[in-house]
Amino acid sequence: MERNLMKGNEALAEAAIRAGCKCFFGYPITPQTELAAYMAKRMNKAGGVFLQAESEIAAINMVLGAASTGVRAMTSSSSPGVSLKAEGISYIAGSDLPAVIINVQRGGPGLGGIQPSQADYWQATKAVGHGDFHLLVFAPSSVQEMVDMVIKAFDTADKYRMPAMILADGLLGQMMEPVSFPEITANNVDKSSWAADGHKNSREHHIINSLYLQPDKLEKSVKERFERYETIKATETDAELYLTEDCDILLTAYGATARVVKSAVNAAREQGIKAGMLRPKTLWPFPVKELNEACKTASCILDVEMSMGQMVDDVKLAINCSKPVHFYGRTGGVIPTPAEVLEEIKKYGGAK
Amino acid sequence: MTTEILLAGFGGQGVLFAGKILAYCGLMDSKELSWLPSYGPEMRGGTANCSVCISDEPIGSPLVLTPDLLIAMNQPSFDKFINAVKPGGKVFIDSTLIDASECTRDDIEVFAIPSTQLADENELKGGSNIILLGKLIKETGLFTLETMKKTIEKVVPPTKAQLIANNFRAIELGMNS
Repeated sequence: MERNLMKGNEALAEAAIRAGCKCFFGYPITPQTELAAYMAKRMNKAGGVFLQAESEIAAINMVLGAASTGVRAMTSSSSPGVSLKAEGISYIAGSDLPAVIINVQRGGPGLGGIQPSQADYWQATKAVGHGDFHLLVFAPSSVQEMVDMVIKAFDTADKYRMPAMILADGLLGQMMEPVSFPEITANNVDKSSWAADGHKNSREHHIINSLYLQPDKLEKSVKERFERYETIKATETDAELYLTEDCDILLTAYGATARVVKSAVNAAREQGIKAGMLRPKTLWPFPVKELNEACKTASCILDVEMSMGQMVDDVKLAINCSKPVHFYGRTGGVIPTPAEVLEEIKKYGGAK
Repeated sequence: MTTEILLAGFGGQGVLFAGKILAYCGLMDSKELSWLPSYGPEMRGGTANCSVCISDEPIGSPLVLTPDLLIAMNQPSFDKFINAVKPGGKVFIDSTLIDASECTRDDIEVFAIPSTQLADENELKGGSNIILLGKLIKETGLFTLETMKKTIEKVVPPTKAQLIANNFRAIELGMNS
């Protein structure tokens, strides 16, 4: 397959177009701007719509509108912009609509900074908006995975009629790596039973709605959604296991941080420390089974993030706190180094 | 083996572009590679830098903190990064703009060429970055002249095809200086 050299942000955009995304609505923000710029250049030629909205709030509501008609729609932003989209994402979930939201994370809270961060884990996996709902959350760790996961996100969102998020970060968005685009088989999910695409006097009205004034009806719709979530938890989790078969210390990390951690694990192995790594590729659903499998031989876990410690909660929950779980993180846009992580490995799992 | 390269200079000197050429050379040679720019406020008038990793194995962290090879195009970049270079590393500097006399390290090799002056004398204004790349491939053998020429043909957009010959001249100037 031909290898291209692309920025993560550009690869996200190209992959979305190839996945059949027909509507992109965005608003510029560093460090994801190249994505919108690429869309502006390519989308029109690809027979779709690129629109720079007047705000992030407008953009996510345009996604809601486009998705209602059954077309593949997407928006992208970075942390502060995603907070603005929160209400719209909740409406999309409440309306059972498939859509893709991209968050190329930067440091927070508030306007924060523009350097890479993973401080939106809680937001993405627990409470991106109000109400009982989940998003599918994919965490790429390379430019190639930006491509693969956007395609997967569209397919999975369509399959379960729910929004999906790509939780990337500034480092992945800005870096260039070789990337190949797979042949995409036409994904023809039948949306004719719900899409509001014009009844032409030949069928019942399709109504897209998230308002239920009768509590029992609302409860029923939420419960139905949570039944779907159970299927997703059972079938859609994904994780990379690296040198976990015999590990004494298991590291957990996702996204760009997992690259740093992998370098540290390799360095630890060279020094005779049996370190391994589990990298969740889906953050929701969280790979509970895979984590329990990976930490079988380990005496402790070290979770590493570009935050003050967010995914570490899910790591503890997944193993029911059955082993000590340590944490190391940098935040505010500071990227941890392999040397720093190696020091932590030595501290908790090092020379006996 | 992984070669970690850091390129640094003023915004506008073509630091990111030079890094991109190295990254594309890696692509041409079927290597693993990564290219990561600084994208902070320093790009406006201050120093810009970019990290390039070339390897036979998948790249871990793309951020280069201790380079094997450093290209420095201005004094602040040189002062900032010279002590980060790994022992045994090689450093390529534009001696038109950098005074390296205070550098006390004897565990690295410093190649100083007046690349800005050479570019100006040869009507290659703005070609200082490519001259330094020429010197880099000559002294390290990281890529062949042929790979770099092929890369330039690919990277220079067709609308600016007249720049290809200039870039070839700049590389050869660097290799021969």
